[in-house]
Amino acid sequence: MSGSDLVMYEEEFSKIDEELQRLYLQTNAKVVFLVDKNGQLIASAGETHDIDTTSLASLTAGNIAATGGIARLLGEKEFTILFHEGEKDNIHISLIGQRIILVVIFDSRSSLGLVRLRVKKVSEALVKIFNDITAKSERDRGEGKLDESPFAEISDEDIDNLFR
Amino acid sequence: MSFINYSSREINCKIVYYGPGLCGKTTNLQYVYKKTNPDQKGKLISLATETERTLFFDFLPLALGDIRGFKVRFHLYTVPGQVFYAASRKLILKGVDGVVFVADSQIERMEANIESLDDLRINLAEQGYDLDKLPYTVQYNKRDLPNVAPVVNMNKLLNPRNTPSFEAVAVTGPGVFETLKNVAKQVLVELKKHY
Repeated sequence: MSGSDLVMYEEEFSKIDEELQRLYLQTNAKVVFLVDKNGQLIASAGETHDIDTTSLASLTAGNIAATGGIARLLGEKEFTILFHEGEKDNIHISLIGQRIILVVIFDSRSSLGLVRLRVKKVSEALVKIFNDITAKSERDRGEGKLDESPFAEISDEDIDNLFR
Repeated sequence: MSFINYSSREINCKIVYYGPGLCGKTTNLQYVYKKTNPDQKGKLISLATETERTLFFDFLPLALGDIRGFKVRFHLYTVPGQVFYAASRKLILKGVDGVVFVADSQIERMEANIESLDDLRINLAEQGYDLDKLPYTVQYNKRDLPNVAPVVNMNKLLNPRNTPSFEAVAVTGPGVFETLKNVAKQVLVELKKHY
């Protein structure tokens, strides 16, 4: 089952963070975040404090999944960009490398054109980072166990304690 | 598909509650939500119709605590049980780490249970999962009703793999946490095998 588990290390995480911070500044966005296709939040930048990013991540992934379902019904491989326009805020969602979802929330301080342009540029960098992550976790899997695995000495008691 | 983040020291896993329409999947999540400390849970999101039937999914993020310095989070999802939402059901199973099959114990719902279990097996296979190898727990819900089938019979019909099963009454709570705890434990044990 864990053939496609995502394992994120410090090094790649800081690279991703750097890219998101840059995108956030260049687009004048309110919030920028990255979600995996299954709805897990990977990283974010900007004014995240008053936003429920966990729920947003799950709903965004649901949105992409539903749109992907529609695409297949129509004979398209997928729709890679979704854009929702609100009274004040807009949301630009794009699928990167068929695996990661990049979300940009912005208002009138930015524009759709600017967001699209910058998203396109950052996408290439992100695809490269995620390819590195995949290669790395496949290598680690091949070698057996991860360095300082959180599961190495996990006991039944540890698991039971989670439910106390 | 679990997500292990060494940077934020988090482990995130996805559990899906599956079963026929009106078997109590959403009710399970609502009970878990009601009984969990506010600091351990996020919002319970329900994408439902006006008559409170699940339209796309329910979602509840739970932070259970720490294992060896890693925060353990479970994302609980339900699928829409009604037959005609088949396309949506498939989508929710993407990246699942563990499945809870909620069966409706009422005798007249046995056929619906069997149909839903077949549907689960097919949908999992389409995503490349084998139900016989996935962390999997069965819940016999609505045990408080008068017209329920004996557990022995239900086990024969719905649990040939003989995975752990629990009797439950999701509205009032018995069996709800036992089910969740069991599937969560199976998911962590499975992860331990790989990492």
